[in-house]
Amino acid sequence: MIRFEPRGPVAVSKVISVTVAAAVAALVLAAVPMLFAGLSVFEAYGLMIKGAFGSAFAFTEMLTRATPLILTGLAAAVAFRAKLWNIGAEGQLYAGALAAVAVGTGLISGPSFVLIPAVILAGALMGGLVMLGPTLLKTRLGVDEVVTTLLLNFVILLFVQMMLEGPMKDPMGMGWPQSEPILDEAALPKLMDRMRIHWGLIIALISALGVYFVLKRTVWGFEIRAVGENASAARHAGIPVTATFIRVGLLSGALAGLAGVGEVAGLKGYLTADLSPGFGYSGIVVAMLAGLSPIGVVFAALFIASIFVGADSMSRATGVSNYLADLIVAMALLCVLVSGLFLRFKIRFVGAPHAKEASK
Amino acid sequence: MIEILDILVSENFWAASLRIATPLIFGVIGALICERAGVLNLGIEGIFTAGAMAGWMAVWLGAGLWGGVLVAALAGGLFGLLHAILTVPLGLSQHVSGIGVTLFATSLSYFIYRTALPDVSSPPRIEAFQPLDIPTLSDLPFIGPALFQQTSLTFLALILVLATSYVLYRTPLGLAIQAVGDNPSAVESQGLSVYALRMGAVVVGSSIMALGGAFLTMSAFDAFFFGMVNGRGWICIALTVFASWRPGKALIGALLFGAFDAFQVRLQTEVGSFIPGQVFLMMPYILSIIALIVVARKADYPRALLVPYFRGQR
Repeated sequence: MIRFEPRGPVAVSKVISVTVAAAVAALVLAAVPMLFAGLSVFEAYGLMIKGAFGSAFAFTEMLTRATPLILTGLAAAVAFRAKLWNIGAEGQLYAGALAAVAVGTGLISGPSFVLIPAVILAGALMGGLVMLGPTLLKTRLGVDEVVTTLLLNFVILLFVQMMLEGPMKDPMGMGWPQSEPILDEAALPKLMDRMRIHWGLIIALISALGVYFVLKRTVWGFEIRAVGENASAARHAGIPVTATFIRVGLLSGALAGLAGVGEVAGLKGYLTADLSPGFGYSGIVVAMLAGLSPIGVVFAALFIASIFVGADSMSRATGVSNYLADLIVAMALLCVLVSGLFLRFKIRFVGAPHAKEASK
Repeated sequence: MIEILDILVSENFWAASLRIATPLIFGVIGALICERAGVLNLGIEGIFTAGAMAGWMAVWLGAGLWGGVLVAALAGGLFGLLHAILTVPLGLSQHVSGIGVTLFATSLSYFIYRTALPDVSSPPRIEAFQPLDIPTLSDLPFIGPALFQQTSLTFLALILVLATSYVLYRTPLGLAIQAVGDNPSAVESQGLSVYALRMGAVVVGSSIMALGGAFLTMSAFDAFFFGMVNGRGWICIALTVFASWRPGKALIGALLFGAFDAFQVRLQTEVGSFIPGQVFLMMPYILSIIALIVVARKADYPRALLVPYFRGQR
């Protein structure tokens, strides 16, 4: 017989060690599909590590992949803190990218110090606005935001495809459904020569610090946490619950929108309908691995990014499907979910029922 | 105007509506069984994918069509068991667990499919379910073609609606499942196990969801494609609320949805050149959101939905 006994607050070191254990457990479990695919497990892990950390190029690729994951991870973390279930980061990312492209391909012209902020602002604003809809439906009409945000992902992706095949199609794109390239003045600069790593990473890190500051040090942050812990108690305590949800929704959507800005203005240079391989959904895993902590999100995003980049490289070397990466990431989410039990409860193995009574 | 009427009175239109509705019927029935017992199952999207892949692969490996259906249901049941263990005895977040099950089931299905068939240029096909051709019944005007152009899986879906309705409202088990989603401590005080009822409901519900996926690869199409579920699971979650957790209304909701979808596909061929195709493709998702908004005010959620139950509390 297993018993869960609630425990009080736990030390940060314990939180970190339990979470790392969960991440390691996911990697160990990954051996099962690897064996199924006929891989030599140690060789495969070696190739993954080499693929993510083996060279300066590999390392910068990993950081480039982590950039949108930090932002979508923050988007999920901030929303989940308030128990606003925004599962729509994928759509908000595309909305942000679409706005960035609309502004950055000639809507306005000017020098970089005007265009780059305009592109960033447009993306963040559009991401926030997209999340505003489900948030208002939740606060005004009580419509469950999980389903609306999930369904909007499909609507937005189709809208992007429609724009890319219609008004925003690049006439020079040889018939491919893609946008015109972003103006040089509107593109986020690269951080290093001959590497793909770009200023989006700096934006992501600043965002993480910003979200940390807002949550920890401001009244809004206090309200967000209070609403997340118990919305009706917060309402009784005079906290503006509706306004808090709206702020959280806008912030969460804006962060996801920024992820889209980085991908399109920092990395690709133009928009296609396959811009994101599910960064919005992986952001949920990042946020959960981080225990919804904004600083933790940075490290969790690095972990998830190294799995993606490492598995991609391993997959090219061995010919094994790179869906393995998605599989490991999904298992990491389930492992970290279970590991939460070890933080919230002391887990006791109790022999007989009467022993349970005696221990009370 | 005349064209619209022509569409509405054509037998093919109603046959298509029922065909589009079939996977949704499975999905909504599965989802409402889980939710009636108090467990939101956002694993549905992944369970659809797993059912589609597992069922197809079993047939492709030679299990026969009904063997495939069984394998799909088993696969769905296994992912349901995972979700049940995480959310019922362990009491973990139903939202996060559901998303986790969806990501896990989807990536596992894709990985197994890709590993089994590393380099195929076009997806291999199976001999899918054929429409049931019942002599004389199929010749009935209007009803005949609409109903009897369908495959056995559509009839299975309709039978499941009746069976679920019967079990839920007419048997002690059904009353216990309803009670466990509304007031679990009352069920426990009757000497019934909340855990067993909830876990059982999630496993059975998930098996039924997986049949919706199996319908896609074994009846609607005859092959497995990546991304073929395409949000159908999420649509079912919305339709479950729309149906106020009642099997009969679930059938009506799914049929309405199927009729609308079939109608807009036909409308598209009439006015297709003026409106981009994506607008039509968006309609199912927008319609689902509208369905949620329409019922939002009066939605009567099972009272203990999302609330974990711990034995011995209260």
